[in-house]
Amino acid sequence: MASDNIITVKFFARLREELETASLDVEAQPGLTAGGLLRTLAGKGGQWAQLDSAQPVMIAVNQVMTKPEKELQPGDEVAFFPPVTGG
Amino acid sequence: MISIQQEDFDPAREYRALRDSGSGIGAIATFTGLVRDSGDLEGVTGLFLEHYPGMTEQVIQALLNQASERWDVRAARVIHRIGQLSLGEHIVFVGVCSAHRGDAFAACEFIMDALKTSAPFWKKEITGDSEHWVEQKAADLDRSQGWE
Repeated sequence: MASDNIITVKFFARLREELETASLDVEAQPGLTAGGLLRTLAGKGGQWAQLDSAQPVMIAVNQVMTKPEKELQPGDEVAFFPPVTGG
Repeated sequence: MISIQQEDFDPAREYRALRDSGSGIGAIATFTGLVRDSGDLEGVTGLFLEHYPGMTEQVIQALLNQASERWDVRAARVIHRIGQLSLGEHIVFVGVCSAHRGDAFAACEFIMDALKTSAPFWKKEITGDSEHWVEQKAADLDRSQGWE
């Protein structure tokens, strides 16, 4: 995988723990959306299936909250996480 | 001023920093949040707080900018702790100074309400024998949406 064609995917909190993954790289593909990437990852099965279930998953691209329709570009940083609970 | 930190903070020192932050200050409103013994679970002995470095600071800065557009904000400070926290410890500090109390109260409450539903922090409650990632509350979403 060429390093300039990579999308970095991050997971936080409950998702990071249950997926046993803080970060992974995927290859960028034309037309791939954040929601599409989420469904692809859910297809890995096991704990990953929860990404496509009723549990809400928030999405940030390049550290800005976004909708699933957002199209991803090479070099993007995508984050998937549960609804936030700070304060 | 925004700080995401593991170490504790001193609310009195933060208050003095606000008071000394410029001229025309006639009102200071502050909020301090603490670790309490019951949340989603009973018998909570502590919290673990995780965040998304980089995004957290950007989101809070955007909230401070929004507050300054809506109200007369002369200075503002937000401190949020991360990592392991014990019962009774400080979690978060929001302080706002303004010329008048109405703006100080409103801006402080807005920043705190919006932080709870938009800044990427996650709390895990710890009890004697279990751990539990806290669920987002509808009441918190309602409060945040009330400012829109």
